[in-house]
Amino acid sequence: METLEIKGELTIFNVAGHKEKLLAALRANAALELNLAGVDEIDTAGLQLLILLKREASLTSKKLSFAMHSKPVLDLLELANLTTAFGDQLVLPQTEE
Amino acid sequence: MSFDEEMKNALKTFTLESLELLQDMEEHLLNLEDDEAPAERINAIFRAAHTIKGSSGVFGLTHIVAFTHVVESVLDELRGGRIGVGSELVAALLPCCDHITLLVRNVVDGRTEEDAALTAEGKQLLDELNAFTQAAPADKAVTEFKCPREQLQKLENDSVKDGNWHLSLRFGADSFRDGMDPLSFVSYLRTLGDIVQLVTICQALPPADEMDPETCYLGFEIELKSSAGKAEIEGVFEFVRESSIIRILPYGSGIGEFIELIDELPENLSYLGEILVAAGAITRHELDDALHHQQNKMQTAREQGNAEAEAAVPALGEILVKYQAVSEPVLNAALEKQKQVKEKKNQEAQSIRVDAERLDKLIDLIGELVIAGAGVNLRSRLFADEGLKEMTGETMRLIEEVRDGALQLRMVPIGTTFSRFQRVVRDVSKELGKGIDLIVTGGDTEVDKSVVEKIGDPLMHLVRNAMDHGIETADVRLACGKPARGSLTLKAYHSSGSIVIEVSDDGGGLNRERILAKAVERGLIQAHDVLSDHEVYALIFEPGFSTAQTVSNLSGRGVGMDVVKRNVTALRGNIEVDSRLGAGTTMRIHLPLTLAIIDGFLVGVGKATFVIPLDRVIECVALPEDAGEREYMDLRGEVLPLVWLSQVFDVESHQQRRHNVVVVEHAGNKAGFVVDRLQGEFQTVIKPLGKLFTYIKGVAGSTILGDGKVALIVDVPTLFEFCERANRHAEHALPAPSHAS
Repeated sequence: METLEIKGELTIFNVAGHKEKLLAALRANAALELNLAGVDEIDTAGLQLLILLKREASLTSKKLSFAMHSKPVLDLLELANLTTAFGDQLVLPQTEE
Repeated sequence: MSFDEEMKNALKTFTLESLELLQDMEEHLLNLEDDEAPAERINAIFRAAHTIKGSSGVFGLTHIVAFTHVVESVLDELRGGRIGVGSELVAALLPCCDHITLLVRNVVDGRTEEDAALTAEGKQLLDELNAFTQAAPADKAVTEFKCPREQLQKLENDSVKDGNWHLSLRFGADSFRDGMDPLSFVSYLRTLGDIVQLVTICQALPPADEMDPETCYLGFEIELKSSAGKAEIEGVFEFVRESSIIRILPYGSGIGEFIELIDELPENLSYLGEILVAAGAITRHELDDALHHQQNKMQTAREQGNAEAEAAVPALGEILVKYQAVSEPVLNAALEKQKQVKEKKNQEAQSIRVDAERLDKLIDLIGELVIAGAGVNLRSRLFADEGLKEMTGETMRLIEEVRDGALQLRMVPIGTTFSRFQRVVRDVSKELGKGIDLIVTGGDTEVDKSVVEKIGDPLMHLVRNAMDHGIETADVRLACGKPARGSLTLKAYHSSGSIVIEVSDDGGGLNRERILAKAVERGLIQAHDVLSDHEVYALIFEPGFSTAQTVSNLSGRGVGMDVVKRNVTALRGNIEVDSRLGAGTTMRIHLPLTLAIIDGFLVGVGKATFVIPLDRVIECVALPEDAGEREYMDLRGEVLPLVWLSQVFDVESHQQRRHNVVVVEHAGNKAGFVVDRLQGEFQTVIKPLGKLFTYIKGVAGSTILGDGKVALIVDVPTLFEFCERANRHAEHALPAPSHAS
């Protein structure tokens, strides 16, 4: 299984570039894991891209999983109520106190 | 917190952030032309404008949005490479940047309404700006597409039937591009009430290849439990209302209204129906009725839609069961949500704004702690108690760390002050018709915030002065064999416990003869006085002194340089001038790193105790027996001028046997202070002297020792001046009167 890492932000400002790259990676591999640990900012456009990738994977019968969701990603997935729909294993962050 | 207060707070954050963004924007704009690869900068500028526009929209500041929108479109053109970077464009964009700043500042002052005069001004700016662009072709066609039903993104729910409102949101295709982040609206809804159910609708997503990631295809179905009225909820979406479908229905609306809703929304109707049932907006019975109703209607109109709907209805029950089965999700999302909101806030708070006053209070207290600690330490030495000594030693170490940490809090890079000058240089050079480049080095040198704040104005004087008087016009420069464009350098670096800021130009330099002539004319010196270059140059800091032949708008009225000197001295700093005729001038400002606390070196002269700033001290040596009362000594082959503190401060020295010399450095020169006793290091809080003593030379302040006595802090730079003058007078054997500089 191929692992790709997304670093920095996943927002309207760079989704176009990410889309090309991630879509190509998904098409080139039967199974792909996206490591989201390094995503420090995500907006709805970023989320939309993740949804698209998930859909594309299920349409083409590929295995796509997101892993190591960073805090901003978790928050947004939670807000959009997609955590369970994405069906990825989540590591819930410890309370930092 | 009431809604109003919350909005007020949010607005405050908005203005603060916007002003920061505008500052960045200005900086990037100024550097745009010189950048080899400006893409990154253009992006940053665009982002700034975009963010400001988006946030102003949220607050309903439509006049800011309207103005920024035009700026942003131009920037977008720039970003797309359809128009090129040029100084005219930058010149047109900078005033726009200023204008937005003005608008935001008005908001800070509480004027959120549009101001007709400003709008007219803005209009003019925009007209200039619009000259750079032609209308960009719009390609906004969004492909209609149906998603496979597996993609139904849904779920989690605890028996939620009491949402007061049902919200159907379909955001406009351009939402992202307009700087709207749909989920931030949803997020904001949470401040109005509880989101008990939310379904993300992504049916409109076209196939991967056709999907434009910058277009918004998403929608949300939300059950909101809130006491807010419809108008209030609608207000949240005020800014996207035009481009998006926003439907807000109270819970318990008749089925007819929901059918209407279903009709309006672009998705497959049975799919929507499922969501509504799941969300608790309508019952299954109502949905079945509705679908039946729809079927009848469609029979005639759409054969295909009918078939699909028919296929969907029987599946409905199954789906609902499935939903219920999932309703105890592995993840207790609801509880998590609360926790995560809190954590998100923590994360956002990685840097916090602190009231400067509180910080000052803290530093003040730590200052007192340092004094008290030093007292304890001194006391403990009186007892032969090893344990006590050890403990006070440890306490002192901790206090030192706390002190350093607290002072660090106040340190800010001087670069922010420097970057202001980019704009000044640009504007002034334009005004003067001279081509001047600003070179900044050492911008990340850290300085105490209070120093940074106070050094801005003196620097401004120096920079303007250098541009006005220092740098010649292009013709003169070319005639002298210099490049036509002048350059001005701002430089900061640390040097032996102080920060040095240099303002240098490559202009004509100071004219020694002219300054002398002027000084004599003003009666500052006598015609036969012999002065070193440094002293001559120092004359320009005398009040009312200007050698400029023409008085310009900017400088030359002789007001300024003395103010500069006064400001710098007030910061316990000093300023010196280096100049070579025809080659340029360098103004060098030495400032202490911090104003509050220093590490001192205690010395005793007679009964008095003095503190010499430790960072000036290089070493201590014994005064050779045969030195007598001489004013210099041999320090390993070097001539070291001596300053007898007992003479300078007129203290009776009791020491008969031998004296000690503290070797001190300042601005590259060394001197030896002759004292009676060396008493070691001491942390000192500087207490300013009273007004009465303001004009006393050689003393920078006072401090309180552990035993309650007062010690004076020696002002090294002025003693150096004293020493230099004394030496020269000795050399020339001239009984010249001394002039305070």
